[in-house]
Parts: sequence; structure tokens; C-alpha cells
Amino acid sequence: MLTKRASLKLATALAALMVVGSAEAAEKLRLLTWSGYAPPDVVAEFTKETGIEVEVTTSNNEEMISKLRATQGAGFDLAQPSQDRIAGPQAEFGIYKPLDLSKLKSDQFIASMLEATKKNTTTDGKVYGVPHIWGTDGLVVNTKAAPNVADYNDLCGPAVAGKASFRAKRPALIAFAFANGMDPFAAYGDAKAYAALMDKVGAKLAECKKNVKFFWEGSDQLLNAVRSGEIVAAMAWDTGGWKLNAENPDMKFIAPKSGALGWVDTFAIPAKGRNDDAAYKWINFNMRPEIAAKVAAAAGNFTASNGADKLMQGKLKDQFAESFPKAAIDNIKWYPAVPAGLEEIEGKVLDRLKAGS
Amino acid sequence: MIAKPAQSLTLFLLLAPALLWLGLLIVLPHVEILILSFSERVAPRVYAFGFGNYLEFFTEPLYWRTFARTAFMSILVTALTLVLAFPIALYIARVAQGRLKAMLLLLCLLPFWVSELVRTLGWMILLRETGVISYALRAVGLASQPVELLYNDGAVILGLVYGGLLFMIVPLANALESLEPAVVEAGYDLGGSRWTVLRRIVIPHAMPGIVAGCIIVFMLTVGNFATPVLLGGKNGLWFTEQIYAQFITRFNWPQGAAFGMLLLLLSSAIVWLGLRLTGQSLGTTLKQA
Amino acid sequence: MAASSHTATDLDIVNVTKRFGSHAAVDDVTFSVAPGEFFSILGPSGCGKTTLMRMIAGFEHPTSGDIRIRSKSMIGVPANRRPVNMVFQSLALFPMMSVGENVAYGLTCRGVSRAEAEERAGRMLERVGLKGFGERRVTALSGGQRQRVAIARCLVLEPTLVLLDEPLGALDLKLREHMKIELKQLQGTFNTTFAYITHDQSEALVMSDRIAVMNQGRFEQVGSPRELYHSPATPFVASFVGETNRWQGQAASASNGAVAVRLSSGAVVQGQGSGAAQALAFVRPEAVALAQDQSSLANLPNRFEGRVSAVLFDGAASSLLIDTAGFAEPVRAVLPQAGPLAGIEVGAPIHVGWTADAMKVFAA
Repeated sequence: MLTKRASLKLATALAALMVVGSAEAAEKLRLLTWSGYAPPDVVAEFTKETGIEVEVTTSNNEEMISKLRATQGAGFDLAQPSQDRIAGPQAEFGIYKPLDLSKLKSDQFIASMLEATKKNTTTDGKVYGVPHIWGTDGLVVNTKAAPNVADYNDLCGPAVAGKASFRAKRPALIAFAFANGMDPFAAYGDAKAYAALMDKVGAKLAECKKNVKFFWEGSDQLLNAVRSGEIVAAMAWDTGGWKLNAENPDMKFIAPKSGALGWVDTFAIPAKGRNDDAAYKWINFNMRPEIAAKVAAAAGNFTASNGADKLMQGKLKDQFAESFPKAAIDNIKWYPAVPAGLEEIEGKVLDRLKAGS
Repeated sequence: MIAKPAQSLTLFLLLAPALLWLGLLIVLPHVEILILSFSERVAPRVYAFGFGNYLEFFTEPLYWRTFARTAFMSILVTALTLVLAFPIALYIARVAQGRLKAMLLLLCLLPFWVSELVRTLGWMILLRETGVISYALRAVGLASQPVELLYNDGAVILGLVYGGLLFMIVPLANALESLEPAVVEAGYDLGGSRWTVLRRIVIPHAMPGIVAGCIIVFMLTVGNFATPVLLGGKNGLWFTEQIYAQFITRFNWPQGAAFGMLLLLLSSAIVWLGLRLTGQSLGTTLKQA
Repeated sequence: MAASSHTATDLDIVNVTKRFGSHAAVDDVTFSVAPGEFFSILGPSGCGKTTLMRMIAGFEHPTSGDIRIRSKSMIGVPANRRPVNMVFQSLALFPMMSVGENVAYGLTCRGVSRAEAEERAGRMLERVGLKGFGERRVTALSGGQRQRVAIARCLVLEPTLVLLDEPLGALDLKLREHMKIELKQLQGTFNTTFAYITHDQSEALVMSDRIAVMNQGRFEQVGSPRELYHSPATPFVASFVGETNRWQGQAASASNGAVAVRLSSGAVVQGQGSGAAQALAFVRPEAVALAQDQSSLANLPNRFEGRVSAVLFDGAASSLLIDTAGFAEPVRAVLPQAGPLAGIEVGAPIHVGWTADAMKVFAA
């Protein structure tokens, strides 16, 4: 066996090798983000302007946190978790470093959204995230096949039996809590009350399960099933609904009666990021209205960039207007920061949902 | 035991790659996982030693039921794979000759040239409600409405049996090939029926191959992830999904590590039990495989 | 059909032919084996004897003809329903079973209870001299012991007929000699009909009551070992059974069975047989008389003078090769182990001779 000292030496040597290897290459930004958030033309423009290469890794909330947790915040220079998933993991694992707000051009952000995000991502008085892209969770409905679906609970109705779907993830728990007259966000602070509330939601979902064809995992899987008619109503992201709507006007994204769930994806800098300058440059570059408009169009969502909405293409605007009347916008439930430990409670409810037969 | 320094150095150098491989890729991660599995979260970023993660498995019915279900399904898959693979292996080993034999083995190998994910997606295309089989059933009038064959335990078993078939056929064909034709003929000559010859001569002879194949297929099945996730229904939680969920969506590494260790221990225990029940030893089995 | 005739047989092969494609492996063969007989089929490899035996056992099916056991046709009867058991060339003992289980296997296949089968197997092992071997693994036995298990496994079923497919082939010489005698004794004690195939003429000659010599799918001759040896019916039998001198020539004159043959190498020899333009002449080495002077061979019609070219010493089977004027190949004779010629050396002059009766002549 290797002695401890010998293995340390070996590790140091390997690390040195890697540092030398990367130092020879051009300056680089390692970005951990969602698919569609870093379109190739935007990346090319950024490289042309700054000389910094961007290495894009696409992921989702859970994997971003897991990846950074595995390395204690190393391996990436910039990440884009949702705003509600920063404070908890930060308290638990310490995977991000505080943002230096002086390096950001705050006037490029929609002021109210910037403030809300800063507030939600603040731990120990330090800010860890600023907003980038936002959107909602609601209902994707084939209005011809399922004309009466207007709220989450309608997924459990006989009209869509065997042709409904949702993700067996936390948004479904939150959505069904609201749809059944509960306020999960109010219970965030009280783990016991939250667990009781979640048990009720779990029971409701278990009852609803007979209607579910499958719990969808990837958005392509869901969209294909809706296109083929195997699924007629599902809880899903607005962007997916609008994508289908563009192909077939019968497919619509509907803001549910009990409220669409609003999420905001952010910029956050991993604790052991090596190129903070490049990270700030990327953020400032991305929040320019003309760039933000391009990214928003590619992602099919909305941007927190101030003034980009004027540059957005008409189609998405029309779709948004159709899906969100004034009252629906006011009814959007924005996720507050998830306190550490809640995922544990939710996880068990979801496990039971998937295991129980 | 004292060896000359030069000799022992040579020996060490010769063994070094193997030891390194064993140490780095097998022992080290497992030791890490083992250590991790004994740590309990006390407060944010504070962990203490304890058996709580293991206790959780036995006290929360959800977890051990998921494991029991996974183990039971895996045994079923192993048995089905064996029943399906046996005649194929028998044909390859005893009937097919020369080119045909090579062709048949290649045919078994072919699906493994694409990744497991692609193979599983292939099954999805066949089995889904708007898929090929559903369409064919309607076309020949056996079904009046689209038939959903996906997202149930049957689909999972089908996918897993398909994935395990090769790993059963190869050791079986290997074992059957070494059976002298005259021994089979002697079995008939002395008055044995087909069934008697199969039961008392062919199967006992192939036993090391059967055991080797069953161990491989069982271990692969119990540890499979993609197939049950993609083909499985809303009720079909596989134990590996539970581990994935602990690591990735719940950020509860110690619990995931404990589940990982339990999967290793419990499935090894099942294999051991199987060996005991069939009166086989691991040594002869390894020789066959 | 009741076997009422007084010449009851255990096995009748009637005009059996087996074709593989256009090749006839067994070509219109007919013979019968009497109860209790030790019957051998002797022939070179590839002569069709194995195919014939496999047809009797039920592993191959004749293209035409009939196979009857105790007058009952076996056509369409599967191997496991025939009152015939086989000792395989490789013995084919079941390695996954103990010695006792090997012997009891056939009984349990017939529905005999396990306890009774074990008991009968034990008794059978005792009879073949393997008492107390029941629990052993077959892999732990010597060659001769394995042989006995293979035979016990058949005999315990009390079959009408036991087929033996060159079972001694894999044994070393000493053991083979021993087993020849043992097999013959076993067959005698059990009084079971044996059909034995071999390419080794010595095995066939020593053990058999009757031998069929087979060549290219046909039987050349069927007879007792003595008949075959002393009165071969065909040149193939003459050369295949036992050692012999063989010369080629032309029949010069023939009368009343006596034939004079002019060999292509010049000499003229007198023999018995049927002459044709092309003739083959055979004489056994032991029929060749040797003398130091010509006078003691004066009454033999065939007398020649030669010189010893080689002494092939092999104990009782020792022979001399004698270069003889007028013969293309040296004459082979038995080396006298006593008398004035016992110490003869290479190069010594010698006179050879044989009677006309000892020389068989066949049309080539």
C-alpha cells in the first residue's frame, strides 16, 4: 500500500501536472448551466470580444449542487442554479463564494428581480446569486383532447385518465399543495408542519397516480409523448408548452388557477472557481439587452435583463400574453429559498410515491 | 520469508500495475464509501460517526421493501434469462458448427455494440403506445385500441432479460461445449428419456456454467439503473434509483453510501445463499467463467 | 411374431444399407448373432463398422433393411427403448455421478426404486470385482476399473445384447492384454450376447466365437477365428487377419484347385485356390519352413534359397526377413527359438519352403 506521505506527493504531482496543462491553454471560463442558456453564437461573440474561451457543461439544479458538492466547489468558474436552491446548499456544503456586487453593472438588471434574488440568496449577510433567466411551471395541455384542464388537480380527473404526467420532483409537491388549499412556502420555516403538509400532498398524489402514464424525466421525453397524443395534459415548464404551441395551436401552456410556479435561474460563483474575472465578464456581457434577448429566445424563456423585452421576438410575447392574463401574472408563486433539510422530507414523500403500488 | 532485494523489487514492479489497478479502482473507492456511510449529519457541515444510515434502511419500510422488490425481480430476471438462454446455448454448443456457430455468437454480441441507453430506447420505440408493436397489433386486428406495453414491470423484466442474455449464453455454451457427445448418447442408451438425460446429465454437467451465468446476470440486474428507470412504470422503483436519489437529488451522501454498501452486501449474501442451496462452490464456478 | 424356430437368434441384421449422400457407409449387410455368442466385427477404420453398431444401438437409422432383436424389428424404436446397451469407445461414464450412481442410472430410468437400484448396482459391482467402490468418483478409478464400471452399467440392465465399440482402444498394451481375457470371462459368466467392434485383429481373434470381417461397407467373410485365419475367403481377409506374405503374379496353370503362379519378379510358386490372369498369393510366416540345407525341404513343392536380411526379434512373435531370388519383397518367416537355426544372424544363407496347401491364391 502507498503510505500517506507518498500518496500526498503523488497527488501533488498530478495536481501540478494539471495546473501546468491548463495554464498553457488560453484563458478559459468553465460554465455549469442549463441547456439553451449558452447558445454557440453568444459564446463565439464573447470569445471574440474578450479572448476568453467558454467551456459549457449542461445540467440541472440537483446535479449542479451534487457536482459542486463532490469537489467542494471546484471544477467550474460559474454556475446557474435556481435562486431558491442557493441558500440551503450554501449553508450545508459551502459550495459558493460571495459575489462582489461592485463588479456587476446592476443597472442592466430588472431592479425588482435583482433585489428579490439578492434577498433570497443571502446567507450570513453575503449575497450569492443574481438573476439571469426566469420562467414558470404550469400546465401543458392538448386543448382539443382535454379542454377542461385548468388546474393541477384536473390532472387527476377522469377526463385525462392514463394520459397525464408530471415530474416526480419537488415542483409537483409544491404545485399540488397550492392546488389543494395549502401554502407550502409559509411552512418552510417549520420542518414538522412542512412534513405533515407534505404527507397530505403525498396522499393526494398517490391517489392521482392511477391517472399518470409515466413520471417524466427529460423534457424531450414529455414533448414527444404530447406530440404523439400519448399524453394530453402535464405539469411542465412554460417553454415546452410554447414550443409545442408553435407547432400546433391546440397545444397550450396554461397558467393554473392556483398559480403558476415562478422560478429564477441565477449566476453564482463556485467556492473554488479559478477565474472570477471571466465570470463577472460573462455575467455583464450576458445582461446586455441585445445578448440577453438572444439567450432568452434560444432558451424560450424570459430574461432578467433590463430592456431586453423590447428586443424579444413577437411570437414568445404573444404566447406569454395568451398564457398569462394580468391576474395570472399576479398569481405566480415565486419560490422562496429552500431551507436545508426540506429536501429530505420531500424526498421521502417522492420515494413513497414512486415505490408504492 | 526473506527474498533478495533485487528479486522482491522485480516482483513488486511486475505486480505494481495490478496492485495499482486493484487499489485505486476497487479498494480505495469502496473504503471511501464505507467510511462515508458511517457518518451522520448533526448540523450543517458537521458530521459524526454512527450507524444511523444503516438503521434507516431497516426501520424505514420504504427502503427495504424497495430492495426486496429489486432483489425479487432480479432473481426472476435471472431465472427467465437462464430458461431462455439454455436452449440457445445448447444449440450453439452442441448443434451449430463452424461458421453458423460463430455467426450465432456474433448475433448475441451485436446488441452490445451500442450502449445500454440506446438499446433501452430501442425497446421504448417498440413498446410505447404509439410504437411498432402496438401498431402491428392493431394492423392485424388483435387490438382495437393502441396498446401500452411500456412503463410496467413486464417491460423492465423484458429489457433486463435482453440485456442479460449474452452474459448467460457465453458461460453456458462454454460449459455445454465440454460435454462429450458420447456421454449424452450413453444417457439415452441406458434407457434415459430426454428429460432424464437433461436433468441428470446435461444440467449437472453445465452447473458451473449455470451458476457463473446466474451470478453475472443477477449482479448486473440488481445494479442496473438505466433500464428500470426508462422502461419502468410509475410504481417500479429500483434500488439503484434510491441510491441515485440519495446522492443526487437529496444531497445525502452518507445515506447513499450506506445504501450502496447494503446493495453490495445483500446481493453478495443472496449469491452466497444461492451457491449454498445449489451446492456449488465459488472456486469451480470461477474456473468455468 | 413369436420366435419359435429352434435356431432362435438374438440379433438379425437383414439387408441393412446406410447411405450418407451417395456414399454407402453400410452396404447391404446381412448376419445373425446367436444367444450367448461373442460376435466381433473386424475392419479398418472407416469400413462402416461404427455406423453399423450405431444403427443397432439406435443412434442412426438404416436407409433400408431391417434390424431385429429377438425377432422384433427395431425400426422406429428409439435408443432408450431398445434391449441393447453399449460400451462406448471413450466409455462415456457419467463424471457427475459416483460409481454406484453410474451403475444404478439405467435401473432408475426404468422406474426401479432408488433403494432397489442401489442394492442391485452394489451386487453388480461386486460381481465385476469392484465391491465397495460405489461411493467413489469415476474420475478416481484406474483405466481397468473404469472399463468394468462401463460394462457393469450395461449388464445390470440384463440386456439382450451388449455392444462394445473398441472399448480397449485407450488402454495401454499390458492392460489391454489383461482386459481381453477379463472381457471374455465376463461374457462367459453372464452368458450375455456381445457384439464387439474393433480394428485390432488380435482382440477379435482372442475373444470372439465368430468374426465378421468388414471392408468398405460390406462383409467380406463371417466365420470362426480359425476359419478366417486358415481359410480366408478373400484376399482382403487373408491380408487383414494375421501376418502374411503377399505376392502378386499371373496364374500359369490351374487344375483341381492347384494353381501355379508366376510372380512378376520371376519365381514360380505352387498354391491352392482359383487362378485368374492376375493373381495374389499369400503364405503365413509360420507356414514357411527353414533349413540350412536343401535336402530337408525336398518334399515341398515350393523351395527357394535366400539370405537373412533382417532379424526382427519380438519374443514369441519374432520373425526373419529373407532376401530370396525371384521375389520382389523378402520372405517373412517365424524365427526358430530352438534348434540349429536359433542363433541365426543377418547375412547367413538359408533355404525356405512351404506346401502348396499353405499358399492361398486369389484372383486379384
